[in-house]
Amino acid sequence: MENYILETKDMGISFGGLKAAQNVNLRIKKNQIYGLIGPNGAGKTTVFNLLTGVYKPTAGTFYLDGEELKGLSQEKINQKGIARTFQNIRLFNNMTVVRNVMVGLHNNPQFKCSLWESLFRLPRHFRCEKEMRAKAKELLCIFDLEDERNNLACNLPYGKQRKLEIARALATDPKLLLLDEPAAGMNPHETEDLVRTIKLIRDRFDMTILLIEHDMKFVSGLCDEITVLNFGTVLTEGKTKEALSNPEVVRAYIGG
Amino acid sequence: MNIKKIKWNHYINYIVIGIFTVVLTVMSLNGPLNSSLLFLLEKVAISIILAVSLSLVVGFLGELSLGHAGFMCVGAYLGGKVSALLVPSLGNGIAAFLISLAVGAGVAALCGVIIGIPALRLRGDYLAIVTLAFGEIVKSVFQNTSKETFGGAIGLNTPRYDKKYLFIIAFTLVLVTLAIIQNFIRSKHGRAVTAIRDNEIAARATGINVTKYKLITFTLSATFAGIAGVLYSYSNYTVQSAKFGYNYSIEILVMVVLGGMGKINGSIIAATLITYLNTKLATVLTGDLAVLQNLFYALILIVIVIYNNAPALKQFRNRYDVSAILKKIFKHRSDPSHVKDDAQKWDVVPTKIEMNEVLSVDMVPPEMKDYNKGNGGKK
Repeated sequence: MENYILETKDMGISFGGLKAAQNVNLRIKKNQIYGLIGPNGAGKTTVFNLLTGVYKPTAGTFYLDGEELKGLSQEKINQKGIARTFQNIRLFNNMTVVRNVMVGLHNNPQFKCSLWESLFRLPRHFRCEKEMRAKAKELLCIFDLEDERNNLACNLPYGKQRKLEIARALATDPKLLLLDEPAAGMNPHETEDLVRTIKLIRDRFDMTILLIEHDMKFVSGLCDEITVLNFGTVLTEGKTKEALSNPEVVRAYIGG
Repeated sequence: MNIKKIKWNHYINYIVIGIFTVVLTVMSLNGPLNSSLLFLLEKVAISIILAVSLSLVVGFLGELSLGHAGFMCVGAYLGGKVSALLVPSLGNGIAAFLISLAVGAGVAALCGVIIGIPALRLRGDYLAIVTLAFGEIVKSVFQNTSKETFGGAIGLNTPRYDKKYLFIIAFTLVLVTLAIIQNFIRSKHGRAVTAIRDNEIAARATGINVTKYKLITFTLSATFAGIAGVLYSYSNYTVQSAKFGYNYSIEILVMVVLGGMGKINGSIIAATLITYLNTKLATVLTGDLAVLQNLFYALILIVIVIYNNAPALKQFRNRYDVSAILKKIFKHRSDPSHVKDDAQKWDVVPTKIEMNEVLSVDMVPPEMKDYNKGNGGKK
């Protein structure tokens, strides 16, 4: 267990009689890019929702860096170190790009400033705001978004919105980053750019990444290991190439 | 230079209200102001505090509250009662006023917490109905008190305060309200609140404690409504619960909506105009014409809303916008006017967008917009 940043143990959830996910056992090592794939409705996003506290597992449990996180609220889990992006982008649309990232920095202990300090504009408020803005700009630079920082998030092109969502998730200083279909709806050029960005995140932030994706080229180019889900259960797992050539996986995708 | 300009923008409401107050104070030194003007000034100050505090919940948290008058009612009764109890021993001075202010605001804040707790579970229409019910409950509770406690249906009489200078206190309180609410919005905490408004799910996933911030916003908003209530009790000599019904809550909401969601300065202007309009209509249309008051009030509201939102008029205003024309002539680098609410202006650092680019954001021809909409509807 000591080697794994994320470990789930027979995790599952059922809604009434429907078992949306069961006996999911993921073991992700530090600094890995791990893929979670499967046909539509296989329960991939459900697993993400379990890991981020949107749903509470009805069976099994999961550990982040050896600490059990089962049953915590979404914001608590985020503070413990799991950050995510969404399948359909969820940005703070009416806020500027830089503010989006600054919301991500909200809980960072570096930028502590109580409500009273803000209400009465004590020196710490100004220092905190200034440092937050600088830190946010730094993050935006990495994602090549710094020229857009004063635009509204909703006015960004699609690819940049995806990047901004990742930047915001990274701002919360996570140990594990969950990306839900990061390449969905992107053109080949943007996808290529995204592969580079994700690799950069891993190297630069020493990050562990778990991602859901349908684009097999993207997955095989990026992931070290994958888990294939089908009908809420694990079909197979292992090294990307081997798992993808497993006949059962092919059958699950193509049918027959 | 640009940064300086934005700071001006930020402080302009303090400056305008400050100068306004100082001028009136100087005027009143020469001789007391007309008593109806004094009363109007107090009313305007109360409306501004109410509108700005409600805009915190409606414009920045994005929840609809229909019970703002209820919080004000709590503040008015509690503040009035405390001052009535204190005046015999403390005298009718600033000390009694401050204590009743603290009590009124404190109890209103407590009610804010109480109403905030269901607010954490409910959203949108459901919350609106809960707040509406709260307002009506408060109203009828005070209506049914005994004569000795809160005066019941007749109302509570409050001590007569020296009216000559009450407006100065009232506008000082407006400035305090503005300072605290704007400071809140333009901080990391206010940013968290606007994040909740924009996307609650994402805010949770980003580690924002949604529960905590909803509660803080409701409480802050209720506190200032309570302060407005205490002012009201000092301004009117008598507090009657019938005044704080549903209609009054709606009137405050109208101020916020007319001023523009998430725009503090807009709320201030709308509050001033509507209060003035109401008072003027009441003095102009008397006798048989009194029935027309509400009609004219409603007509004027409709005209203002149409003027603000009709696409043709919007385009017309954009074309003949004096400040835009001036900026074009002098080729100023603009401040991004596409930034939507006040909280953001604070963040805006000068950008390199030229004026015509900025205009283009809002200059999609209205017929195009309608065309797109129509198509979507048909499908």
